[in-house]
Amino acid sequence: MKSLQELAAIRDKMKRIVDTREAAHDTTRVVVGMATCGIAAGARPVLNAFTEEIARRELHGVLVTQTGCIGMCQYEPIVEVTMPGQEKVTYVKMTPDKARRVVAEHLIGGKPVTEYTIGAVR
Amino acid sequence: MYRSHVMVCGGTGCTSSNSDKIAAAFDAEITATGLQDEVKVIRTGCFGLCALGPIVVIYPEGSFYSMVKEEDVKEIVDEHLLKGRPVTRLLYDETVAADNTVKSLDDTAFYKKQKRVALHNCGVINPENIEEYIAFDGYQALGKVLTEMTPEQVIQTVLDSGLRGRGGAGFPTGLKWRFAAGNQADQKYVCCNADEGDPGAFMDRSILEGDPHVVIEAMAIAAYAIGATQGYVYIRAEYPIAVHRLQIAIEQAREYGLLGKDIFGTGFCFDLDIKLGAGAFVCGEETALMTSIEGKRGEPRPRPPFPAVKGLFGKPTILNNVETYANVPRIILNGAEWFRSMGTEKSPGTKVFALGGKIKNTGLVEIPMGTTLRTIVEEIGGGIPGGKKFKAAQTGGPSGGCIPASLIDTPIDYDNLLAIGSMMGSGGLIVMDEDTCMVDIAKFFLEFTVDESCGKCTPCRVGTKRLLELLNKITDGNGTMEDLDKITELAEFIKANSLCGLGQTAPNPVLSTLRYFRDEYVEHIVNKRCPAGVCKALLNYKIDPVKCKGCTACARACPAGAISGTVRQPHVIDTAKCIKCGACMEKCRFGAISKG
Repeated sequence: MKSLQELAAIRDKMKRIVDTREAAHDTTRVVVGMATCGIAAGARPVLNAFTEEIARRELHGVLVTQTGCIGMCQYEPIVEVTMPGQEKVTYVKMTPDKARRVVAEHLIGGKPVTEYTIGAVR
Repeated sequence: MYRSHVMVCGGTGCTSSNSDKIAAAFDAEITATGLQDEVKVIRTGCFGLCALGPIVVIYPEGSFYSMVKEEDVKEIVDEHLLKGRPVTRLLYDETVAADNTVKSLDDTAFYKKQKRVALHNCGVINPENIEEYIAFDGYQALGKVLTEMTPEQVIQTVLDSGLRGRGGAGFPTGLKWRFAAGNQADQKYVCCNADEGDPGAFMDRSILEGDPHVVIEAMAIAAYAIGATQGYVYIRAEYPIAVHRLQIAIEQAREYGLLGKDIFGTGFCFDLDIKLGAGAFVCGEETALMTSIEGKRGEPRPRPPFPAVKGLFGKPTILNNVETYANVPRIILNGAEWFRSMGTEKSPGTKVFALGGKIKNTGLVEIPMGTTLRTIVEEIGGGIPGGKKFKAAQTGGPSGGCIPASLIDTPIDYDNLLAIGSMMGSGGLIVMDEDTCMVDIAKFFLEFTVDESCGKCTPCRVGTKRLLELLNKITDGNGTMEDLDKITELAEFIKANSLCGLGQTAPNPVLSTLRYFRDEYVEHIVNKRCPAGVCKALLNYKIDPVKCKGCTACARACPAGAISGTVRQPHVIDTAKCIKCGACMEKCRFGAISKG
């Protein structure tokens, strides 16, 4: 270790990985429906796209987690996003590409991507 | 990038209940379900709640699974990791609310009043990966002292924080460092006392198992402060997991240039070696420990000269305990004021206690100093099992004393414990209920010190042995009231005249039980009775002829053939043959057998 910068670089790189363990206290939640219906409709790549995109953009304080079936199986993969001070937003028929856009516009930009929400699709 | 981390406790407690196999089962099951690129299994250090081990925590949800068995693994992987449904049946029951929702671990009685400073990273990081330690601000404190602070500023910060030695006597750490820094020498040493010998204490082991780098970092900081370039960790060989992880940590620190030459390009050099102890209790005493590192027989020597003047190999040396070191990097990073904001005026910070004995939540707890014994026993510890009454708590191991129920509201810190005749010691805390005989407890600890006395000085070698004989005389039913005076006199003599801390504190368990439970001693002597029913020589088993139905169950259970009688007639116990094993009492379905 020749400099503090070197140490800081390792810390920042690792911080993204260990963030998963501190997320339980965070307020922004991305919940992916992962019951059989969700998995069959492709929820797994969506979940991974969220995890990777959030790490890539070094976004801290976001908990990405799973839940069971919420009863609207025809709209799977379903993703619910809750941010502090905002109503819960329910996204339906998600794909990894849509997930990346939600990270950029909703989680970072603060504006829900209305065209993917359940209201727009119905 | 892993979306989920499965933390399997790899401390000694959980390992002894097969957490190794559980971790392997998780790996196998995760691969079988194709989740190996999404979920990572990590072996950590101790979570503290050892009574409920093996423990598995799954992030990001922070779900706390307790008493996990190998056969549960498939269900957890299928349900929780694949489908996102935590298996509430297997979660720690305190985290599951009545409506089946999952509460945060911080809201459970066991964790709510705790404050984890020394145990900060235990259970949170992979102790075998230096980069995880770095992710949680590891080695930042070392970077800070080397680039921004003078050695004197480091010492002043530690002094201002009020940190006191966590290994026993509570000597101010900063003062120790200042003495060593003030002595000029061509070579100085920094040592770490990991020779945790108190029966029932395991916080130092757990820190080394769960967060070994914090000790390495703190020792490097100490070395910079006093001007040393070489350090030794003296650790007992009975701690194989701790030794192994510390070895890995030292190698990784060398690889990353955090040990060795020219650290952070500042020209500062420091390296560290491990010395294995063979498990002699006396080697936890500082002069004996250093003699042992030198390769000689581990025996203490008189002080002065103190190690800060003439220590290891005759050079100025500081020796701190593992838990003491574990506080140092965070004091440097967060400042002395932060540390002082916890605990009491004269004992700032937190203390780790190994909670054991008659208590529900056996394990490792870290609390701010000044927390009352009642909070520890009743809230964090979950009370005493079986509805029994709290009788006393023993702190400080064989050097400490008993705190009776009447003093349960004493705020725990160094000075309060000393005032009531006990001591902090390394932090073993053994809870005792009404079934414990206090004379027997005093005997237990004294037997330990008699065994462990190195024999160099007479007061300790002979004195403790004679003291034990007096106690045996009492529990055998041959004691006299004069013996109590003899015990007090001899105990005070041993305390005043022994060479090292072992002998100077060995009579404490006897003196403190005599102080608070004199009635019990008197009962043994005058009425030849052990009120708790522990001392065998004073016990007599009796059969109540009214209650006895003559079922013969007791006679068949008796290994000594001491019970006689005919079927359907009351039986009798021949007290001359009775070996007081209690087997008859267990077998009797009519409650006809009593002891006393």
